[in-house]
Amino acid sequence: MAISKSAAAKKTPSARKRGRKPALYNASPEELLTFYRQMLLIRRFEEKAGQMYGMGLIGGFCHLYIGQEAVVVGLQSALKDGDSIITGYRDHGHMLVADCCPKAVMAELTGRSGGISQGKGGSMHMFDVEKGFYGGHGIVGAQVSLGTGLAFAHHYRGNDNVSMAYFGDGAANQGQVYESFNMAKLWNLPVIYVIENNQYAMGTAIKRASSEVELYKRGESFQIPGKQVDGMNVLAVKAAADEAVAHCRAGKGPIILELKTYRYRGHSMSDPAKYRSKEEVQKIRSEQDALELVKAMILNGGMQDEAELKAMDKEVKAIVAEAAEYAQNSPEPDLAELYTDVEA
Amino acid sequence: MAIEITMPALSPTMEKGTLAKWLVAVGDTITSGDIIAEIETDKATMEVESIDEGTVASILVTDGTDDVLVGTVIALIAEEGEDAANIEVSSTPVAKVETPVEIVADTAAETAPAAAQMVVADDPEVPAGTDMVSLTVREALRDAMAEEMRKDGDVFVIGEEVAEYEGAYKVTQGLLAEFGGKRVIDTPITEHGFAGLAAGAAFAGLKPIVEFMTFNFAMQAIDHIINSSAKTRYMSGGQVTSPIVFRGPNGAASRVGAQHSQNYAPWYANVPGLTVIAPYDAADAKGLLKAAIQSPNPVVFLENELLYGESFEVPDLPDHTLPIGKARIMIEGSDVTIVTYSIAVGESIKAAEALAGEGISAEVIDLRTIRPLDMDTVIESVQKTNRVVVAEEGWPQCGVAAEISAQLMEHAFDHLDAPVTRVNNVDVPLPYANNLEKAALINADGIMAAVKQVAYTQ
Repeated sequence: MAISKSAAAKKTPSARKRGRKPALYNASPEELLTFYRQMLLIRRFEEKAGQMYGMGLIGGFCHLYIGQEAVVVGLQSALKDGDSIITGYRDHGHMLVADCCPKAVMAELTGRSGGISQGKGGSMHMFDVEKGFYGGHGIVGAQVSLGTGLAFAHHYRGNDNVSMAYFGDGAANQGQVYESFNMAKLWNLPVIYVIENNQYAMGTAIKRASSEVELYKRGESFQIPGKQVDGMNVLAVKAAADEAVAHCRAGKGPIILELKTYRYRGHSMSDPAKYRSKEEVQKIRSEQDALELVKAMILNGGMQDEAELKAMDKEVKAIVAEAAEYAQNSPEPDLAELYTDVEA
Repeated sequence: MAIEITMPALSPTMEKGTLAKWLVAVGDTITSGDIIAEIETDKATMEVESIDEGTVASILVTDGTDDVLVGTVIALIAEEGEDAANIEVSSTPVAKVETPVEIVADTAAETAPAAAQMVVADDPEVPAGTDMVSLTVREALRDAMAEEMRKDGDVFVIGEEVAEYEGAYKVTQGLLAEFGGKRVIDTPITEHGFAGLAAGAAFAGLKPIVEFMTFNFAMQAIDHIINSSAKTRYMSGGQVTSPIVFRGPNGAASRVGAQHSQNYAPWYANVPGLTVIAPYDAADAKGLLKAAIQSPNPVVFLENELLYGESFEVPDLPDHTLPIGKARIMIEGSDVTIVTYSIAVGESIKAAEALAGEGISAEVIDLRTIRPLDMDTVIESVQKTNRVVVAEEGWPQCGVAAEISAQLMEHAFDHLDAPVTRVNNVDVPLPYANNLEKAALINADGIMAAVKQVAYTQ
């Protein structure tokens, strides 16, 4: 994926500036293990969520993040306290990496009183303001304007925090994205627009929906720099994230990162994903899987052996099992909760 | 034949203005394109350009004259070959614009029913003996914003033309000068985007006042008003608050056509999580806008362009804030209750005045807040009058009047001696033609007719 970017980048002078070879973050063994563990937590959590959906414990819409783990792990490792994060409805992974409690996230999926929104938000509408996580939004593209507003607040208060606004290749075609780009650059707001390009907007392949499929170029007419990043390689993501965060903190305004990634599961639990072949999915899983890539680095670098990684997996599975257990046993919200939190 | 220069209309709603300054004098020669005078409207000072050529023969309205009606002849120009010194005024200065429809209250003078006494009620929220000052609704709104901005650095104003232009309707006049560009922010024409940006800033604890040039344009942004601002507190289990005000003119203006003339109160009042306020007079505009800015909840604040220039008595208090969700009895009466809000309050008061002359005592209740609705005040009145007319400048179906009517059925059925009757605009997109527009909009005559109907006097 990074290779296709370089080829495209040679075409225009403006694109040429945007990095030839993919920069890779030089991670310490501890950092690499942390990245791996975080990605593993998301994958195991999502597998469990998928299973619980099948068991009827989770209702409504449920969008799994499996395949895209390196994106949030790499990006959010560049953030610090006080930064803001906002995304669309495929939000479980973003929350876990923002250090939200897995039990409270899973219990929200099951709609229980122990859920992070006390069961009133559901999978698509979760928030953890203390951790800087502002949702969890169900309307495609809305989080882009809202995330620009979070950046506006940082700018207004004169702090050096940044807002990270995630959206997909589908949302990238919404009008308000460009309204937001315009204002963000006009006022140099510290916002990182993260386009998680997983190639399919629900069932529509990017080529069928976008006249310009190189989404990192979408800011050009607003003077917003953009960069395409291999979203399956956490070290490439981390390197790009550090650069983008530094750009924003230095007061240079918004920046766009297009993360080329892939979701293994359907758009939501009810999507049979007939718009792509099993072979296509299988090929990416076997050749580009974000977890396998890091696992190989760990093993090849002699940081941990298979047995130690197995132990880590067990530990992560235990956290997920505990979350699932909690999410099933936490009672449904009290009926009186129906009427609370409508107004302050 | 001399050319008559008349007072020009410089905006859709302008009926009169001040002739601030003549830039030409009698005897001057003017050519087409010359600036001949400056005219002040309540929104701006505008230059008047001549489209004629000749010699100024006579100036009929002098510098500094206020309230010159649109259409009044203000000067005469002698054309080439005419003797400027010998021009006669061919007609007396006449206003072309019709004055607002007068309510003829004494058509039944021959039968001469005893006139009912009309009691104009004071707002119980204003302490007795408070000094009052006369302010336009426009000034009251501006003062409310300025006072809250002085108190709280997190309050800022954002919208199209709010800063350097000082508001498309001059509501934000003076704010940029006092608070600077950080807190009074001109946006591109991008309602969806800036409403979302402001909603996000509110998530982070700032207190945006979002001005929509008109609420018609807020349809571009309604997703952020409803999905982002109204619902997020609930969806987050109380974690996220949205202390944001969406404000701007709402309802019909004056011949601006269907796309610029609509009352959105019923739309927003349908949404739990939103507060919806629609004041009538300047005191309420100020007291309630301050309350809206202080509120931790998202507030849709619906103003009315036609009322911006109207003056009312406003309490001369340093921090006059009114409670949200409290209706106000504007006129006390005993025979029929007229429930109303926004510009229809004025029509209802006119109707009540005329009805008093015919011996019918109408109580006029201004809802002021549409969500939450103060049904207690309405029901208390109904217990006294047993008859209700609901007057609303807006469409009938699923309107606020329909809601009031339904709630009265549920909660006051036993107190009703007549069916609750709605008076609304006609159920069509608002037409442009002067006569059709007039026929489509609610007016005092319609309210009077409905009152007589429920009072069984017709």
